[in-house]
Amino acid sequence: MKKQIILVIISLLLASGCSNLGVQPWERDLLAKDEMSLSSSPVDSALDDHIYFSKEASSGGKGFGGGGCGCN
Amino acid sequence: MQLIHHKKKNKQTVKNTNIKAALTMATTALFGSVAQADIPEEDSWEFDTAFLLYSEVDRVSAGEVILNAQKTFEDEQVLNLKLTIDALTGASANGAVAQPNVQTFSRPSGKGQFDIAAGDTPLDDTFHDTRVQLNAQWTQPVAADYSASGGVHISREYDYLSLGVNGNIAVDFNQKNTTFSIGASYFQDTFTPEGGIPKPFASMLIGDSSVTSWDEDFAQTRMGSENDKTTTDLLLGFTQVINRRMIMKFNYSHSMVDGYLTDPFKIISVVNNSGVTQDYLYENRPDERVKQSAYLQSMYHFDSTVLDLSYRYMWDDWDIESHTIDSRFRIPLGGGSYIQPHFRYYQQSAADFYMPYLMQSDFESQRPEFSSADYRIGEMTAYTLGFKYGMMVNNGDELSFRLEYYHQAPTDAGFDAPGVLANEQLYPTIDAIIVQMTYSF
Repeated sequence: MKKQIILVIISLLLASGCSNLGVQPWERDLLAKDEMSLSSSPVDSALDDHIYFSKEASSGGKGFGGGGCGCN
Repeated sequence: MQLIHHKKKNKQTVKNTNIKAALTMATTALFGSVAQADIPEEDSWEFDTAFLLYSEVDRVSAGEVILNAQKTFEDEQVLNLKLTIDALTGASANGAVAQPNVQTFSRPSGKGQFDIAAGDTPLDDTFHDTRVQLNAQWTQPVAADYSASGGVHISREYDYLSLGVNGNIAVDFNQKNTTFSIGASYFQDTFTPEGGIPKPFASMLIGDSSVTSWDEDFAQTRMGSENDKTTTDLLLGFTQVINRRMIMKFNYSHSMVDGYLTDPFKIISVVNNSGVTQDYLYENRPDERVKQSAYLQSMYHFDSTVLDLSYRYMWDDWDIESHTIDSRFRIPLGGGSYIQPHFRYYQQSAADFYMPYLMQSDFESQRPEFSSADYRIGEMTAYTLGFKYGMMVNNGDELSFRLEYYHQAPTDAGFDAPGVLANEQLYPTIDAIIVQMTYSF
């Protein structure tokens, strides 16, 4: 429960501080590059997720970590 | 999916810009003036193909192929189709501890046995599996600043079937500098292992499988031929552009897994006070697990290089906590080529029912409710070190190669090693090489 409260507080702080953040539409030259995408290599991510899902006790986080294979 | 969508849109824009530029030049040459031609965007498919080889020293080897196809329609509707095929072969730890003498185990099917040499970690080399997975995802804007996405998943193995659906809604604020998203997924998995589902804590039957009573005795250790599990995930996402060079993402995920979570192929050794194995029991895990994670990612564009840094904290009601740090640093080499070193660090604590072995006296006096010796839910540290090299070929297609080394080091969470176990390797390390080739066109 304590962890959930901390998460909510972090989220609220992030949200409240964000009104001053950001760029104008004409300042997106760098952000628009493929390599600045938050998932710049989705195929690599899918392959990595499969490896680590089958070898470790954790999964997901970046995306859904649900079922999908009998590897774990 | 939303992120893939954005990435692809950028790629699409570059291609369309090239087409536009070429057509604009042709128009200029023809009419002798620089006209602002309004050329409609062309719908086209984009493909990513990848082949990956994963190979552990003396253990599992796997090959995996992915074919990803994406089409962007008018009005920013995106269809993504993905086919994944993988094949796995080799040996994996069955959970038993090494002993100073030869050990004999039955195969999961009950048909046949194998020996493990003295001092070796017991590995079962029965596993050969091929998996085919299909994913389809549709993403589209549903209102100003709102987009929605829905997808289906099917994965089939010889002994495993997984069906899944997912949905996601994202809303942009603050001139698209802030995005909130909420998504959910549901998976229904059915496991039909060869040899059936073993009874929790049943003794592994070892002996002459040609005797007439064998099949009946083996059936006594089984409780059915198949079992199910469901996974329900909820994912909340928050993305914020910090400035011209930096963007951050924060995710919270909540995952509920219900049903058969035991590994039917894993056993646990029962040892006496001298550490000598007396019996092998099939493991037993709880039939529910609630996992949560907080994930923070930042992308930072330096003058020419890009740093992708992320951290994930995961915790669950099995008492497992894990920390994952992942970093990629992309260095352009000119002409569209780049090199990208990668470092990942992972650390997890053990599930509260993890035991490398069971003490016979403890087990007989107070039988635990759950127990597993699967090192993957034990205490562990792991790291991955590697790099990716990418280059532009054939007018904007990308060819890349990835080479990585993965090292897993299970650690002792404070268990004793009585008698002969003191001289055995209870926490062997695992080393693997990952090789990948990707072609995007």
